[in-house]
Amino acid sequence: MGLTLYHFVALGAVLFCIGLYGAISKKNAVAVLMGIEIMLNAVNITLVGFSFFNTVKPYSTFLTGQIFAIFIITVAAAEAAVALAMIISIYRKRSTVDVGEIDMMRW
Amino acid sequence: MDVATLLFWIVAVILVGAALMVVMLRSVVHSALALVVVFGMAAGIYLLLNAEFIAIVQILIYAGAVTILILFALMLTRTENINRDSNPTNRLWWLALIICVLVGAGTILAVTISPHAVAVTGNGSGQIPANINNVVRIGQLLYSPSSYSYVLPFEIASLVLLVAIVGAIVIGREEDQ
Repeated sequence: MGLTLYHFVALGAVLFCIGLYGAISKKNAVAVLMGIEIMLNAVNITLVGFSFFNTVKPYSTFLTGQIFAIFIITVAAAEAAVALAMIISIYRKRSTVDVGEIDMMRW
Repeated sequence: MDVATLLFWIVAVILVGAALMVVMLRSVVHSALALVVVFGMAAGIYLLLNAEFIAIVQILIYAGAVTILILFALMLTRTENINRDSNPTNRLWWLALIICVLVGAGTILAVTISPHAVAVTGNGSGQIPANINNVVRIGQLLYSPSSYSYVLPFEIASLVLLVAIVGAIVIGREEDQ
């Protein structure tokens, strides 16, 4: 049997879970960001997989999944830049990147 | 088992293994280097799915730019001992593990058991006309102002990038006093 949509959706699900574990269990803020990047990649794999296995004319010629993946990559790059700037700024003020100790916005 | 399936399994196993290394390794710098493998293998998956443009963009932006940004952030936020035990988990890591296993099992179950799931085995040949390739088609979809295209979202994305650059500079600037 060849490749089916299941392969790619299951791969995306497994990768999303690994990224979710990294995002909610890590103390280092940069490691949390790495988990988020893995999650975004998992979603991209799923979207491109759906785009590949879409055989409905004429919608399959519009490559909607791939276009969405491009916009997700764009927003992820912007998000990474802003988040790392915030981490460096917080480190300069508090000398820590432990997300458990960053509580300036706690009410 | 044809060549595409074999390639898929090789790339998928390396991808999941590298992602596990990102969350398991004790040194956060080693995690960042394993992240490069994750991004490169994801580009391989995109190539298997006839998405050449996204594979190239993935290599350029993720494996190039984002990894360098993360390594710079690690270098600028140096803790006492960067090599050993610099990537700790919090006290509730077992709860995080349970949540993640439940989310993953639920998703895979929903995909495989659901009566709405259809096992599609397309080959991507019905997607685009034979005389233009993937990059040309994406260029038409992103830029052509007359036909069905994504010109307005593209312009908004450029605005988002501009705001993100300015915001990163403003947030990361040294306080002058």
